[in-house]
Amino acid sequence: MAQRERDEVTGTETTGHEWDGIKELDTPLPRWWLWTFYATIIWGIGYTIAYPAWPLLNTNTKGVLETTNRLELHQELKVVQQARAEKLAQLEKLSLQEIRSNDELFQFANRMGAAAFKVNCVQCHQAGGQGAPGYPNLADDDWLWGGKLEDIHYSITHGIRYQPDTNPETRQSEMPAFGRDQILDGEQVAAVTEYVLKLSGQEHDAKKAEAGQKVYMEDAGCNACHGDNGEGNQELGGPRLNDQIWLFGGTREEIRAQIHSPKHGIMPAWKGKLDEATIKALTIYVHSLGGGVGS
Amino acid sequence: MVEVVDTLKRQPGDAGEPQPQSGERGPLYEARRKIYPMRVQGTYRRLKWSLAWIFMAIYFIGPWLRWDRGPGAPDQAILVDLANRRFYFFFIEIWPQEFYYVAGLLILAGIGLFIATSMVGRAWCGYACWQTVWTDLFMMVERKVEGDRNAQIRLDNAPWTAGKIIKRGLKHGIWLLIAFWTAFTFILYFGNAPDVTYWFFTGQAPSVAYWTVAIMGAITYMFAGHMREQVCIYMCPWPRIQGAMVDEDTLIVTYHDWRGEPRGSKRDRKKHPEIAYGDCIDCGKCVHVCPTGIDIRDGQQLACITCALCIDACNSVMEKLGKPQGLISYSSVKAYNDLAAGKMKQVDFGWRNFIRPRTIVYITIWSLVAAGMLFHLATRDRLQVNVIHDRNPMFVRLSTGEIRNAYTVRVLNMQLEPRQFRIALEGLEGGRMRILGIDKPPAREFTFEVKGNKARALRVFVTVPQQQITQQRMEFAFRIEALDDAGKVAEMSRRKAVFEAPPPKR
Repeated sequence: MAQRERDEVTGTETTGHEWDGIKELDTPLPRWWLWTFYATIIWGIGYTIAYPAWPLLNTNTKGVLETTNRLELHQELKVVQQARAEKLAQLEKLSLQEIRSNDELFQFANRMGAAAFKVNCVQCHQAGGQGAPGYPNLADDDWLWGGKLEDIHYSITHGIRYQPDTNPETRQSEMPAFGRDQILDGEQVAAVTEYVLKLSGQEHDAKKAEAGQKVYMEDAGCNACHGDNGEGNQELGGPRLNDQIWLFGGTREEIRAQIHSPKHGIMPAWKGKLDEATIKALTIYVHSLGGGVGS
Repeated sequence: MVEVVDTLKRQPGDAGEPQPQSGERGPLYEARRKIYPMRVQGTYRRLKWSLAWIFMAIYFIGPWLRWDRGPGAPDQAILVDLANRRFYFFFIEIWPQEFYYVAGLLILAGIGLFIATSMVGRAWCGYACWQTVWTDLFMMVERKVEGDRNAQIRLDNAPWTAGKIIKRGLKHGIWLLIAFWTAFTFILYFGNAPDVTYWFFTGQAPSVAYWTVAIMGAITYMFAGHMREQVCIYMCPWPRIQGAMVDEDTLIVTYHDWRGEPRGSKRDRKKHPEIAYGDCIDCGKCVHVCPTGIDIRDGQQLACITCALCIDACNSVMEKLGKPQGLISYSSVKAYNDLAAGKMKQVDFGWRNFIRPRTIVYITIWSLVAAGMLFHLATRDRLQVNVIHDRNPMFVRLSTGEIRNAYTVRVLNMQLEPRQFRIALEGLEGGRMRILGIDKPPAREFTFEVKGNKARALRVFVTVPQQQITQQRMEFAFRIEALDDAGKVAEMSRRKAVFEAPPPKR
């Protein structure tokens, strides 16, 4: 056992341990230090009484304050909601144009929309709204169903479907499967593919494209939705074909595949999932990503 | 090097020190030996009081000073506006990104402490530290209520009579009042003082204000009322650093033992006429007046804050005895050695003693930092611009074939008045801008307003026609100009940016 001894110079006891001739003084702590230490122990005990702490078999002690961090967060969020109540009511009441032209409300809606977009929309449309193959780019000026505030609002509210939907207001994608359903034969599909390449100013087989024009205008009636010159029709959701923006790709193969057995865009109807103020905020945000039409 | 005696080391024979038998464990804690510093009068006491009153006046009056900054801006001379992230100091306004000024001030304070310490020792501790100033204030209250040293000791040992309760209550009451007012003044620096005062006393202030006052008040009461020298000896790192800061020429409070020793009281002198006693009559006055309770005759030590009150005390005694003053005096180790060796007749300290390579280096560094900060402050920008290129997406192809990039341009108007700004594209042939919220046709130049003391973030869309895209990355610049009332350019900032285009088709 270590031998405690008294140090001659200081009069203080040593700890009794010796390492290579080095001994350590067992200098006492100042009293205030000890008191502070005891106070933290008492504080710790009080804390476990005040807050949820001890695990029990199926649950845990609730603490006399009956509060948790989660509860406090909910309360704080409620306070935030109350602070925003006036602006939210305005969003709900005013028209999109009115919101857009009120600078303060516009900033508010834009930020609120940005937050809602990150939660609900980025999964398909990506963080900056730039989309991905099959998911429309919201930052450009090429709109399938229209880029005016009202159009965007309608798309978000009612969504887009291919299969019949219970909601009659839902937008319907209607591109038929010309090849798969044997509306056109293989040659016709190839021809109209060349014509679409021509419309978008890409390299194409001029002879086939000429035949394709007939298919486009008469046999298949593509122009009913896509327009005589491929300018598209936003009323029907017919995509524009005479630019370089493609939803499902713009190469010969991709265009042919889309005519033969097309993919269809679908989007959830957010009415009922999000409240009106949030949908309006999202509308304002998407509109201001850069491609919004009209101000 | 200066030998620093550790006050914490007690000689085994020291009075008041419990002497446990060998083998028995000592106490778990070091009991505080209560100190009852005696009142003293003299040159240094007067100096200490005048400095203390000046420092306290600055602290307590500070937040009430007004400074007109025009409409919409706070008119408090010294204000830390946390909510709006601004710091106001008279004519200076600092934004968070200019925090390096605070870093600079800290550097100045640090080097300043080095200068002061290498010249005049721990003058900071003895005269300027808030621990010293507030402890002095609290001791003054204590003496006014309970009387001087002897009366305090008597009261401590007296039974709890009504008189003692009243005296103690009065003392602690005044202490708490001072502590409260100290803490309350602290929060005034963080908000408009009249408003905060009104809110505070009508229960409308935010809870953090009450918490801050409670905590700061408790600390003031504890530190200045109860812990006092314990703060200096146990908590403060400065006494530990002083050994490295002090050299042979530094002013330290010195007991001239060559003159004072052997010490002897009147009785000793009568008893032993054969001994040639020194000047010290061992009256203990220098110990009684010491606020940290040490005996300066043991030499320079960790707990000595060089407040020089023992000098005042000893001088008054020497005067009564008709002996020359300065048995305890400010002196340097070098002067002490010269005096002890008889090379010098009396402590002679002139400005030459302060000019040494070391102090010159400190002063040079300090002056350079100060000059650099002043120059920067005088010429700093009141317009700042940040440009952030959208990374997601890097670019957007429009139906016309044009390519568009988006940027967030943050313009900081660091003046207190609203100003007109002009943003223009430099380079980028064929490029056109559109700004969200400014409903004007695309152009290469826009003007806009930024409110005073505010930042405005512009969403800028830049579009370039396809045929004018020469590279995948095209460098250009945003030129932002602040315009004065006449429409002339007052300040300009140019920010480089990159325009990204899709890779050429294979």
